[in-house]
Amino acid sequence: MTPAGAGTARENGAGKTAPATDGPILRIDDLVVELPGPHGTRTRVVDGVSFDVPRATTVGLIGESGSGKTMTAHAVLGLPPEGATLSGRLLWHGEDLLAADPARRRAVRGREIAMIFQDPLAALNPTQRIARQIGEVPRRDRLPRAEVNRRVVELLDRVGVPEPERRMRAYPHELSGGLRQRAMIAMALAGSPALLLADEPTTALDVTVQSRILRLLADIQAADGLAMLLVSHDLRVVSHVGERVVVMYAGRVCERGPARDVLRRPAHPYTAALVRSVPAVRTRTALADPLPGAPATPANRPAGCAFHPRCPMARARCRAEVPEVREVAPGRWSACHFAEEVPGS
Amino acid sequence: MSASERTLLDVRDLRVSYGGRRGARAAVDGVSLSVAPEETLGLVGESGSGKTTVARCVAGLLRPGAGTVTFEGRPLGRAGRRPPELQRAVQMVFQDPRSSLNPRMTVASIIAEVWRTHPVTAPEGDRTEALHRLLADMGLDPEVAARRAGDLSGGQCQRVSIARALAVRPRLLVCDEAVSALDVSVQAQILRLLVDLRGRHRLAMLFISHDLGVVHQIADRVAVMHRGLIVEEGRTGEVLTAPRHAYTRALLDAALDLDDPVPEDGTADGRAVV
Repeated sequence: MTPAGAGTARENGAGKTAPATDGPILRIDDLVVELPGPHGTRTRVVDGVSFDVPRATTVGLIGESGSGKTMTAHAVLGLPPEGATLSGRLLWHGEDLLAADPARRRAVRGREIAMIFQDPLAALNPTQRIARQIGEVPRRDRLPRAEVNRRVVELLDRVGVPEPERRMRAYPHELSGGLRQRAMIAMALAGSPALLLADEPTTALDVTVQSRILRLLADIQAADGLAMLLVSHDLRVVSHVGERVVVMYAGRVCERGPARDVLRRPAHPYTAALVRSVPAVRTRTALADPLPGAPATPANRPAGCAFHPRCPMARARCRAEVPEVREVAPGRWSACHFAEEVPGS
Repeated sequence: MSASERTLLDVRDLRVSYGGRRGARAAVDGVSLSVAPEETLGLVGESGSGKTTVARCVAGLLRPGAGTVTFEGRPLGRAGRRPPELQRAVQMVFQDPRSSLNPRMTVASIIAEVWRTHPVTAPEGDRTEALHRLLADMGLDPEVAARRAGDLSGGQCQRVSIARALAVRPRLLVCDEAVSALDVSVQAQILRLLVDLRGRHRLAMLFISHDLGVVHQIADRVAVMHRGLIVEEGRTGEVLTAPRHAYTRALLDAALDLDDPVPEDGTADGRAVV
């Protein structure tokens, strides 16, 4: 019913925001996320996390269950769980999204910042053809239908879906796992985002499909100058696509820095243990000496350094004093009191 | 020594189809493999390759359409119809310990149940002490005995699953993605535990995994499955360093390693680009 050309003024902010500063595209500054716990308590699932995502850079966010990595990504996307309280700052081109009004946050979310998930079946609507879902953002821009369809085909082609004109009419369940993942990536790209959040994007995929999806993400990232925050438990994935890494444990940052340096010469005993536990594929590696115990949970975070009960280097200070994240070498940040003593660092 | 003396598990020309008569699709399309006593055979492949179907036939959870599964020359039928000694001899550890243990049962009652089912393996004398010894073997504190399975961590659950399997003194352990669902740091613990137990209890293992790195660490031989067939089989080191079949090569090409280690001088560049 809407006449062509009407209602386009609202969408002035649809394109990428002009860079306000030369700083990072996203700066997470002292982010705290608290969830309601039992008996009226609050649990800090993210406890003072800070790191930057520079422009056109892939940052890998590594952690095990309970590390807060997914919660951090969801906070950035503005999708915290029910009842969560957030504090700190999420600086998007220097503008604090946590302080921004809801309309502004909605304008950023799904457009300037888009997300792809581990399970495309859960992220895609099973009752809608994928063309409808990928076309959602172009349609919101009130593009004519032919133009929306053209854009959908272009996006599907871009992410390597063969025969896009035919496939766009498929429902999610009619596609293979790899194609569904590609359709979801197309949907994320529809708003021409400047930052892509990818939460375990290849974890559920077979290894041959995984390597193709990672290559696709790397290609898109390079071609569009996208920034990407890749959340993963898999150090191998992060080591191949991340330029920088952030390692989290029990809701806090343990270590961050250039990916190659961090994974080759860890400055935190937890990172060192993770790296040692990754077996090589093409050579036979000895079984690693495993860390004792299970990952600490935010609800049950040990005093002092949360990692101390599992740490081979722990001593009195570690049990008493929460370590600050400090710069231990140029560009290298570690939250270990004894970072300089980590073997191989 | 004859072939049958050296073979513990023998699978011959196994075939399994899913679906009706018309739409039947072969999940396993003529698979033969064998495992010698105290040997670990790694079975690798992508989802849909049929590796889990083979495991389920060996465990007796699925009846094959054709072919035979034998243990020391004796046929292994459906799990419930096996003679007790064969039931005990082949035990299985699954990917998701949370769904293979009743969350409302205590660890003590889970173990008591298997001892009740297989009285010949039940300890003589003080069962509590025997239970604590078994748990200690798995790296679990005695307190765990009183806890419900649903209150345990993923790693603890998997240790209890392994305890339940070993409580009846098996000779072959079938591990279907037994470490895949665990956190990285816990995965290393369970692998170490399995390898320790394998040596101490002289176990053979059929170790099914999609993770070539893990299989390279613990398997003596490896069989690669693709679309219901074994496309390559051999010594682990040979198959994973000099694959002969195109599919094995494709799997290896796609498998990620951590970035190549840096040379001693620390000056290397040229990060691998995916």
